[in-house]
Amino acid sequence: MSKAIIKIEDLKREFVMGTETVHALKGISFDIKEGEFVTIMGSSGSGKSTMLNILGCLDQPTSGTYDIDGVGVKDLSRNELATIRNEKIGFIFQSYNLLARTSALENVELPLLYNSNVSTEERRKRAIEALEKVGLGDRLQHTPSQLSGGQQQRVAIARSLVNNPVMILADEATGNLDTRTSYEIMSLFQELNKQGITITFVTHEPDIATFSSRTIVLKDGEIMQDYKNHTIQSAANELAKLPKQDH
Amino acid sequence: MRLLNLLKIAFKAIVLNKMRTLLTMLGIIIGVASVIAMLAIGEGSKESIRTNISAMGSNMITIKAGADVRGGVRQEASVMESLTLSDYEAIKAQSTLLSYSSPVVEGRGQVINGSNNWPSSIYGVNPEYLSIKVVDLQSGSMFTDAEVQTASKVAVIGQTVVDNVFSDGQDPVGQMIRFNNIPFKVIGVLEEKGENTFGQDQDDVVIAPYTTVQKRILAINHLNQIISSAISEEEAPNAVIEVSKILREQHKLTDNDTDDFSVRSMEELISTFSSTSEMLTILLVAVASISLLIGGIGIMNIMYVSVKERTKEIGLRMAVGGKGSDILMQFLIEAILISITGGVLGVLLGLGATVFIEKFLNWPTSVAMYSIVISFAVCAVTGIFFGWYPARKASALDPITALRYE
Repeated sequence: MSKAIIKIEDLKREFVMGTETVHALKGISFDIKEGEFVTIMGSSGSGKSTMLNILGCLDQPTSGTYDIDGVGVKDLSRNELATIRNEKIGFIFQSYNLLARTSALENVELPLLYNSNVSTEERRKRAIEALEKVGLGDRLQHTPSQLSGGQQQRVAIARSLVNNPVMILADEATGNLDTRTSYEIMSLFQELNKQGITITFVTHEPDIATFSSRTIVLKDGEIMQDYKNHTIQSAANELAKLPKQDH
Repeated sequence: MRLLNLLKIAFKAIVLNKMRTLLTMLGIIIGVASVIAMLAIGEGSKESIRTNISAMGSNMITIKAGADVRGGVRQEASVMESLTLSDYEAIKAQSTLLSYSSPVVEGRGQVINGSNNWPSSIYGVNPEYLSIKVVDLQSGSMFTDAEVQTASKVAVIGQTVVDNVFSDGQDPVGQMIRFNNIPFKVIGVLEEKGENTFGQDQDDVVIAPYTTVQKRILAINHLNQIISSAISEEEAPNAVIEVSKILREQHKLTDNDTDDFSVRSMEELISTFSSTSEMLTILLVAVASISLLIGGIGIMNIMYVSVKERTKEIGLRMAVGGKGSDILMQFLIEAILISITGGVLGVLLGLGATVFIEKFLNWPTSVAMYSIVISFAVCAVTGIFFGWYPARKASALDPITALRYE
């Protein structure tokens, strides 16, 4: 089988709020293998966000182990975590988080700015390639305000791809988009996944899960369900089924 | 992360907020410009005061007979006869720090020309007197060493004397006057100097060869004073010491004897004036520094706003791999860029203001190189100092909190 990119074992995360201790994650174990498209689902308060923060190396577990691409994250310093985020993870956010008044190209270049091994020329080249991959090769110099929501999210996807991460981590990436556009984005994700990119998609929308190959459902800080999806829907097909737009 | 990238990011942030950056810079610009202009005014007035003092003969040294005790009674300097021509000659021959020297004998009397008369003072001196007192002739000429040798009855008179005894406006040069009934030929008129610091009319004088005054008017052989000028203002105190030494030897004083003469320089006057202008400069710079400080606080304020406003951006930068140090540097460089650009513009504005003050207000100014260097350095330091805290705050943000910040 393909190798495991994410290895999580008995992972716990506790927050101390005054005198109370909140157990956000109560001993979670799972692996994510290379090339998987995993959705992590759960209602609010399920520990979904905490899980996302830890997966994204923005936060560290209280106990248990978390390995990403063979690197144990548990005892890394702030700076080492930053380097892991820079080299191994591509982030996509619900609200795109693009830099305002900054061109698409420069937005995509951003992660590479923090990688001193990448030269200016290479940075530019890779950013253009990433934008072409998401179908925005002709919008390089557009600023976020000149792009639609879907296009902005495509720029964000290009940004997550540019550092060749081992995993893309999406947080409600279609949450701000209408149905049509979110299907478009999902079909882009499926396409990228077909090219071998591992995707972890955190969401609370059940229909998103039908496009992924595996679903993990969290409830009260524990895994309630973890199942493979044997009938993966094609987002492109769903898009075609939608009623044609009037104009 | 490479410095060049950081510079690019900071530069971009500045360009994206042109108006705000400009307004922030304004504090620094005005601060620096005022430091430079104030220092230029301070330096300018210092220089002009200095010029004025040297016009009064700032390096003048006065030697008087004095401190003599006869039978336990201290004697007034003017009645003493201990200062002689040989003292003058010894000083002239041995001193190394004096450029000019002149014996002085003085007396009071009545100047008479025809029906006009005027009470005035006569000073018996040698031709070097003019250089020591830093005074020029308005017309005519000074008497010569030869005329001193021969005790000629020639005189140079001040404007007040001219006004009072030549009331009909005729040219005094070539005319005869009488001083205490001794006839003198007027050969020159001193240029007007007005009153001195002590309220004495410096134009109310008759100047004649000291030999003439000694023999014909006062009938004495001793001198009342010797006046000299030190080679420079700085050397004046040393010249005083040197002259004292020469005179002690000349008067054969033993180590136990006190001086029977006194030597004074204008040092006190000079130090008073320079400390005044020093105070003025310090005061001006203090005021200007406050505006520079306010400019710095302006930078700090705007950097705080900037950090707050860009919290989400900071979160994103951290999420995609920006380290705390990268964020710190980004904001610090931004602050430094603002303050240095402000500094450059401030220097230019300050120089412009200086030219304006000089040209249109006719104030003496002098731009000191050090003022430019200092205010510029202060600018850079201000940027670092006031940029540090907000930058530090930005770098310490928790990426999760920052990303969720609305």
